[in-house]
Amino acid sequence: MRAVLSAVTFLPVVGAALIFVLPRRWEGLVKVTALATSLVTFAVSVPLFTRFDASLSAYQFVEQRAWMPTLGVSYHLGVDGISLLLVLLTTFLMPLVLLSSWHSIERRWKEFAITMLLLETGMLGVFVALDLFLFYVFWEAMLIPMYLIIGIWGGPNRVYAAVKFILYTLSGSLLMLVAILALYFLHGAATGAYTFDLPVLVRYVLPAGRAQNLMFLAFALAFAIKVPMWPFHTWLPDAHTEAPTPGSVILAGVLLKMGTYGFLRFCLPLFPQATMTFAPWMFALAVIGIIYGAWVSTVQADMKKLVAYSSVSHLGFVVLGLFTLNPQGMVGAIIQMVNHGLSTGALFLIVGMLYERRHTRLIADYGGLWSVVPALSAIFLIVTLSSIGLPGLNGFVGEFLILVGAFQVHRPAAVLATTGIIFAAVYLLWMYQRVIFGEVTHEENRRLPDLSLREWVILVPVLVFIVWIGVYPVAFTGKTEASVQALITQVQTKAAASAAMVAR
Amino acid sequence: MTDSILLPVVSLRVIAPAAVLAVTGFVLMLLDLLPPRQRREHMAFVGLAGVAAALVATVLLWGSEESGFQGMVVLDNFTLFLTLVIGYATGLVLLLSIDYLQRLGMETGEFYILVLFAATGMVVMAGANDLIVVFLGLETMSLALYVLAGIFRTRIEAGEASMKYFLLGAFASGFFLYGIALIYGATGSTNFNKIGAAVAAGAARDPLLLIGFGLLLVGFGFKISAVPFHMWTADVYEGAPTSVTAFIATGSKAAAFAALVRVLLTAMRPVQGEWAWLFWGLAVLSMTLGNVVAIAQQNLKRMLAYSSIAHVGYMLIGIVAGGSLGNGGVLFYLLVYTFTTAGAFGVILLLERGGEEAVRLGDTAGLAVRHPLAALALSVFLLSLVGIPPTAGFVGKFYLFGAAVRSGYIWLAVIGVLNSAVAAYYYLRVIVSMYMREPEGTPTVLAPSFAGALALVVALWGVIQLGIMPAPIFDLAQSAVLPLLR
Repeated sequence: MRAVLSAVTFLPVVGAALIFVLPRRWEGLVKVTALATSLVTFAVSVPLFTRFDASLSAYQFVEQRAWMPTLGVSYHLGVDGISLLLVLLTTFLMPLVLLSSWHSIERRWKEFAITMLLLETGMLGVFVALDLFLFYVFWEAMLIPMYLIIGIWGGPNRVYAAVKFILYTLSGSLLMLVAILALYFLHGAATGAYTFDLPVLVRYVLPAGRAQNLMFLAFALAFAIKVPMWPFHTWLPDAHTEAPTPGSVILAGVLLKMGTYGFLRFCLPLFPQATMTFAPWMFALAVIGIIYGAWVSTVQADMKKLVAYSSVSHLGFVVLGLFTLNPQGMVGAIIQMVNHGLSTGALFLIVGMLYERRHTRLIADYGGLWSVVPALSAIFLIVTLSSIGLPGLNGFVGEFLILVGAFQVHRPAAVLATTGIIFAAVYLLWMYQRVIFGEVTHEENRRLPDLSLREWVILVPVLVFIVWIGVYPVAFTGKTEASVQALITQVQTKAAASAAMVAR
Repeated sequence: MTDSILLPVVSLRVIAPAAVLAVTGFVLMLLDLLPPRQRREHMAFVGLAGVAAALVATVLLWGSEESGFQGMVVLDNFTLFLTLVIGYATGLVLLLSIDYLQRLGMETGEFYILVLFAATGMVVMAGANDLIVVFLGLETMSLALYVLAGIFRTRIEAGEASMKYFLLGAFASGFFLYGIALIYGATGSTNFNKIGAAVAAGAARDPLLLIGFGLLLVGFGFKISAVPFHMWTADVYEGAPTSVTAFIATGSKAAAFAALVRVLLTAMRPVQGEWAWLFWGLAVLSMTLGNVVAIAQQNLKRMLAYSSIAHVGYMLIGIVAGGSLGNGGVLFYLLVYTFTTAGAFGVILLLERGGEEAVRLGDTAGLAVRHPLAALALSVFLLSLVGIPPTAGFVGKFYLFGAAVRSGYIWLAVIGVLNSAVAAYYYLRVIVSMYMREPEGTPTVLAPSFAGALALVVALWGVIQLGIMPAPIFDLAQSAVLPLLR
């Protein structure tokens, strides 16, 4: 099991290199190589889950090697209960996404495959890096593949969306870089040890005050843009609408989680006092995001835009959960990150499948599909219900836990957030009704083919997890509880310590 | 001063790399007389051999610390590190020039001779410990570059570039020389160490000295093209042959930075508090104006010209921050910038159609389809200029911003960071054009020669290597500034 994390992280690069040397005209082989690479990556990542010791809160499968010793930068990888599920979510979604691109990506498959695999490495690196420098490298490096995917394979307005995406996220993360450097030097000056190592930096107690608050805000801005939290969300609908289906799935499924993950991994443990100070504000923004996202979703005519805005709403729940700073809310937030990846990812996949058939995403162009494509409609229904949070399916577990956590902390916020669930039912079911039920309103829709074998293979694994998490969530939440509990303890003791430092 | 009438002891060891380059230049002058008259390739290869020999000498001398010519020239790791940078720049420029000159039908022997002499001047500046020697190196370099900028006599832009560069450069030299005179008047010496001692002893309050320093900085500001002394940059970069542009952007900047850092750290260190804020302003102005104006450029050479002004701003951050981290960061960044910029100009040079120097943004449309490898190479260079990991540009900026944060110049780092985001816009525009737009007009045919391809591969290798494994080189850069910080 040594170097298993390195293997998982860099296997996609190996695959990308293989594809790079393949001739362009062997497109079939390119596709198979890409799919095989992602499947192998997934297979290698499964033991992470099965062998993960859920009773420990510590990082597991740790690897550490010197990289730039004079600066205190090391190649340090590890997973705990917080990142474990996200790593698996990434490796799980990637083969499905590649499979969904089989026909929907019509040109330059070779470049597409390379870009997707490099993107996978970037995302995995973000989740497993335990060194701030290394983390930042992955965080930034991942932007370029996503930018290319939107910009090359996207819709008519793709260039605008791609540039907006990268400028937004870049400006956020560059300020984080300054904060990382500030933390590095503050820690170095205080302890004499100059290091970017996260576990070391986490042990350092910053005095409460301006420096800690500013660093928290710089980190939080980078993450809030990525989540995206209202009012930093405006890049998301553009990026989502213009991105090709695989891009949207990865964007919603994994990329947005990097923001919420960042809060958990960096903001909370590094700046606990500031976290406490700003938690009410984060609560407020989260609730605004939940309601705003839901309202805007309701009026969308384009299914993809609707799902995109619903992400703003759903991720508001995640942010709400993780700033409750209690076990229910935070475990709920983590499981909801996975849920959103599965449910929204599946919604984008289904919208993509409809688009492949009819070349439109407007709700008004559909209607009465149940009689034409019953299998697709049935799966669409299950996914829609899971996104709404129907008990027995995955979404319910996460939202329930988050709201339980939120009620303990701030009742009005929790009440307002709950309305978001009601709105979700409104906009999702209303969309579903207009697309699937009733009479066939457009003649072209009468002869649409139902799910192909390839599409079954894409959707069924997602359904399995949607039901599994819904029925037996402990299999997943159990892995995170110890780490979450340790994080909460750490935040509380450190916050008390830094408050004491300023009191002196 | 009993030895004042003795001739200075000539220590060849101290000036070995510069001497090798100069001798190569003279050998080339002789070679130029020999047939064949029409093919001058062999001269480039002899020049490359000279550069290689100079680099070998540099490596062999690494670690030595001595001075010669009565303290006028210093050989230390600082000199040697910059000699390496200048050597790389010269080598890349020679490699890029061979088929470029052939393609444009402008192949002349004097081109290579002038490149070698310019390089000699640059290396002399890197080791100068005396204002007179700085001036000597500066003029050797500049005169050669003035001619190189206008070597394509038939083109109007070339004439304009050469004339502008020469006239404004002559002004700058005048300021510089006047500054030297005033400093000499105030302190009685042109030697950096003696000036430093005089300043420390109280000469800092002498207005003559302050005006002298001010004039000196104007001269340096011109050579590194820091705002507000940048006016010539875009026109010269645009009009000069592209491989010469690459040389002006990399080698001449490295040399000027070398002399500037040494003056600041030896002669002017006692008044560091006074000049740090001045460079703070220059850094902010250069970054901001360079980046903002670059956005408006449609011509790639002009865009890179303004972007180079912005990069000077980033390097000035390192000077403001000071210490081994800040100044080491400047040296490291110069090396990174040399690889990156030479590489970017190298790709642009491939895109130029016969005789026409204007590579516009539209000309790159769809390049990824027509020539994927060239597009990939240019993308890597541009991403390095943006500062995206895992390229060298990211590490370079990381060190510079890190130094600023460490020295407490948080706002300077924040301004630098915001500038990087602005810069991303115009660099990415080129990538957008290459990968996301359809080709328009008659496509350029690219057929890089072996030498040109080699230059690009070396530059790419540098950008990636310094991005993934920067530690060894950065440690060298940091140790190179230590002699100046004692």
